[in-house]
Formats: sequence, structure tokens, C-alpha cells
Amino acid sequence: MDEATVKSTMTVTMPPISWRRRALDHAMTGVAMLTVALVLLPLFAIFAYLVYKGLGSINWAFLTQTPKPVGEAGGGMANAIIGSGLILAIASLMGVPLGIGAGIFLSEYGRNRYGDAVRFVSDVLNGVPSIVIGIVAYGLVVIRQKHFSALAGGVALAIMMVPTIARTTEQMLLLVPQAIREAAYGLGVSRWRTTLSITLRTATSGVITGVMLAFARVAGETAPLLFTAFGNQFWNLNPNQPTSALSLQIYTYALSPFDDWHRQAWAGSFVLIVLIVGAVAAVRFAVRRGTLAGT
Amino acid sequence: MGVGITVEQLNAFYGKTQALFDVNITVQANHATALIGPSGCGKSTFIRCLNRMHETIPEARVEGAVRIGDFNVYNGTSATQLRRRVGMVFQKPNPFPTMSIYENVAAGLKLNGFRNRKKLDEVVEKSLRSSALFDEVKDSLHKKSGASLSGGQQQRLCIARALAVQPEVLLMDEPCSALDPISTGKIEELIFRLKEQYTIVIVTHNMQQAARVAEFTGFFLLGKMIEFDKTEKVFTNPSDKRTEDYVTGRFG
Repeated sequence: MDEATVKSTMTVTMPPISWRRRALDHAMTGVAMLTVALVLLPLFAIFAYLVYKGLGSINWAFLTQTPKPVGEAGGGMANAIIGSGLILAIASLMGVPLGIGAGIFLSEYGRNRYGDAVRFVSDVLNGVPSIVIGIVAYGLVVIRQKHFSALAGGVALAIMMVPTIARTTEQMLLLVPQAIREAAYGLGVSRWRTTLSITLRTATSGVITGVMLAFARVAGETAPLLFTAFGNQFWNLNPNQPTSALSLQIYTYALSPFDDWHRQAWAGSFVLIVLIVGAVAAVRFAVRRGTLAGT
Repeated sequence: MGVGITVEQLNAFYGKTQALFDVNITVQANHATALIGPSGCGKSTFIRCLNRMHETIPEARVEGAVRIGDFNVYNGTSATQLRRRVGMVFQKPNPFPTMSIYENVAAGLKLNGFRNRKKLDEVVEKSLRSSALFDEVKDSLHKKSGASLSGGQQQRLCIARALAVQPEVLLMDEPCSALDPISTGKIEELIFRLKEQYTIVIVTHNMQQAARVAEFTGFFLLGKMIEFDKTEKVFTNPSDKRTEDYVTGRFG
């Protein structure tokens, strides 16, 4: 047999694809692309509008000065930027370890009804309106301290972070193959050591995605801060004092009757988005730097 | 040096299902012992009872006595203590994916609190040489992840990782079943050299492999140890009809 006959005997001839199948194929691809565009459109629209409205009002004063009294032009949101950082730092310090710890429990020790109970409670907590969580923090911290504080705001945001982090951590740890844990047990490594140094480490990038998701979500929250951090017209770095936050400042300025404040609210929104995106990108970059080739 | 293993009246369970029935066996120090038998006959369960991996599965339990050297496995000692003396190599290569080659080999010592950098370097190199992998990876010890190696290299990495904690016994659960013939040949050569220093118990589906590497062979069927003898005897002149049927390929 020469090559041509071999080829022809080996090839199965398929019936030609009908125009209907081809048309349907193109139509479905078109629909899929359209939905992607519809999903991305609002995101880009928000970004574009923020740049358009906010970028023009950002200047050195906005980034370095505190708000001016009503009626005076100028001033900035520097204290709110720092305040947001302070509140988020407090929230992360409390929420991240608690959330990861809960996730470890759910994945490594919670394959039973205690775990199911925690999972249920965590999912319910995830659905509680943020203003309600603000009231809880008010009751837990503000009433006891007898004044508003960054700490109270941090507690409110931490409560919001925990369920998201716990559930994503759980999912990420469950993705780590049992064989990896067994490899560690086989070397005589204890269970808790294996969980921390092997399982959690293998799932690091996924866990960090969960943490950043939770962080980004609470970074823009206003409602839980209204009667916890409360806001402040001046500099404050003391966690026990009322503290300004970008979201609070935007809220106040956007509702004001002054054009100048409106512009500053747009500028504040823009800065808030840039800071969140910047923080997420920085963490991702740091994680990637620490990852080996071939993983 | 390797130590002997004595197993008396071993019964293993998964919940209500019994997987092993009254297994008795004496494994010679510094020899390779192969365990053969059809799938689901309890070979893996048996080998996992030797380093108490069986009990990491929920609802699994073990009855009977296992002694490894002067160590009483199911009486008084902790599982982690035991596993430092009984290394294990698994069916599928399972290097720690986020760790470099070096970290993989050093993991057992490091995670058990060993921190002497210079000693670690020595142990890592020695273990990689013992598993015949050193020359292939010496330029990328810290640069490459263990998961970036080929399957055969990964398995040798896992062997090096097990050797690094300096065990007395090495358990191998079908170590070549995911490997090509060349890698399999390398691992078999390795087993040959390693038994000078370690006692080796190897589970295998490949009867030629058992015949090539092991001095002793045990035949399992439906959770029972049917026959245990010198490899040559098991393959050429078995005393049980069922063993004969299996090794001649009449069933299984």
C-alpha cells in the first residue's frame, strides 16, 4: 500500500457540518461574548466616570490636608485616607487570623456536625446587612468605651471579613490533595505542623485571594462605620478616638449642598478605588515574587 | 541499619468492613519483601498499618501487634515518633508542590525542628545521591519546585525525602505504578542498593518486579495472607493452589 491509500483507509469521512449547526455555533459564541461585555461594561463605566469626575479634583492639597470648615474652599481628605488605613489595619489584624483559623477548623477538623453548624452560622453572618453589624459593634465596643473609635469601626469590619475568609480558606484547603498531607504524616510530622506548614502553605495563593476579596469588600463599607468610627474632621492616629474614613467622608460630602464638596467626594471615591486596587495588586505581586518557577 | 518487623494477628477495619484478617508475618532486616495480590486484597492496607497511616482515615482501626525492631507500634509510642523511623513512598509521587527540591528533601527534618543549616545541606545532598537524583538536579536545588520534575524524578525525590529523616524501614506502596519502564528500572536499581541500609517492604502489582527486587514475597487474597516465603519458592513452587493460580496468571 502506498501512503495515499493508507491515509484514505485510515481517515473516517464525517458527514459535512450542516449550515444550521454552523450558524448555531456562531450564534452561541456571539451570545457568550455579549454577556461578557454586559458584565464588564458597568465596571469600566464606573472606572471611566470616576476618572472623569474625580481625577480633576485631585491635587496636592487634597492628598495632604484635612477638610476646611464649611464655606472655605480647598482642603483635602488626607486624614480620611490615613483613617481608612488605620481602621482597615485593625480590621485585618482581627479578621484575617480569625477567618483563616475558622477556615482551617472547617476543612481539617470540621467534617462533622460541629463543622456544619459553623458553616451555617458563617453563611448567615455573610448575609447580615452591614448596618446591622455596625449596630452590633456599637453595642460591643462603643457603648462600653462610651465614645466612638477606630477600634469600633475595625471590629465591625472584622466581623464582616470573617465569614468570607473562613469559607474561601476552607475551600482552598480542601483542594489540597490528601496525598500531600499523607506525605507529611509519613515523615513523622505532627498534624498541626502539617496543617500550618504543608496544607496551608500549599493553599497560600488561594487563601490570599479570599483575604483580598474580603478586604476589598469591607474597604468601601460606609454603613458599619457610621456609628462606630463616626468620622473626624482632624488628624487622628489614636485607635481609641473617633476616626475619619474615606467612605464616611464621601458619604458626608456627596450629601452636602456644596459643589466643591461634591467634587471632593468624587476625588475621594477615585482615591478609594485606586488604594483598593493598589493594595490587592501589591499583595498579589508579593505572593508571586515568593513563588517558585514551575508551580 | 535496618531492623526486622514482626506482625502478629493483625486485623484492620474501615468502619464495619474488615480489610485484613489475622495477618502474621516476619520481615527480615536489610532485605526487600514484596507483597503481591489482586487489587483490593489488602496489600496497601497492610503496609499502611506498619507506620500507622491506616488510622489517619476516619473510622479506620487496627487490632493485633506490630513490632518494628525494639519498637512496639501499637502500644505506647506516638505515631509521629514511629513514622520518623519508618519512611514511606506512595503510589503517586507526591512532592510538596510549593517547595523547592531542596526544601522537599529537608522538609522532614525542618518540620521536626532541625535547624542546623550546614548539616541540612549535607543530609539533602546525601539523600539525593542515595536516590540517584543528585546529578540531575544539583544545579536547580533551590530554583525549581519539586512539582516541576518529571514523574520518575518526582518519585526519586520522594524517596530522597523519606531517606532524609534516616529511617530504619522503608515502606513502598506501588512506587512504580505511575512510572515508565526506564524510571521503573532506576527505582528497582535503587531498591537493590538501599536494602544494604534499610529494611524494605514493597507493594507491587507487577510480579516480575517482585521477582527482581525481593528476597521474600507475600501473597494476599481477600484480606488474608495466603502464602509467605522466599520469592523463588512463591513463584516456582508455591505451596497453596491459589498462589499458584495467581502467579501463573490463571486469575487476578
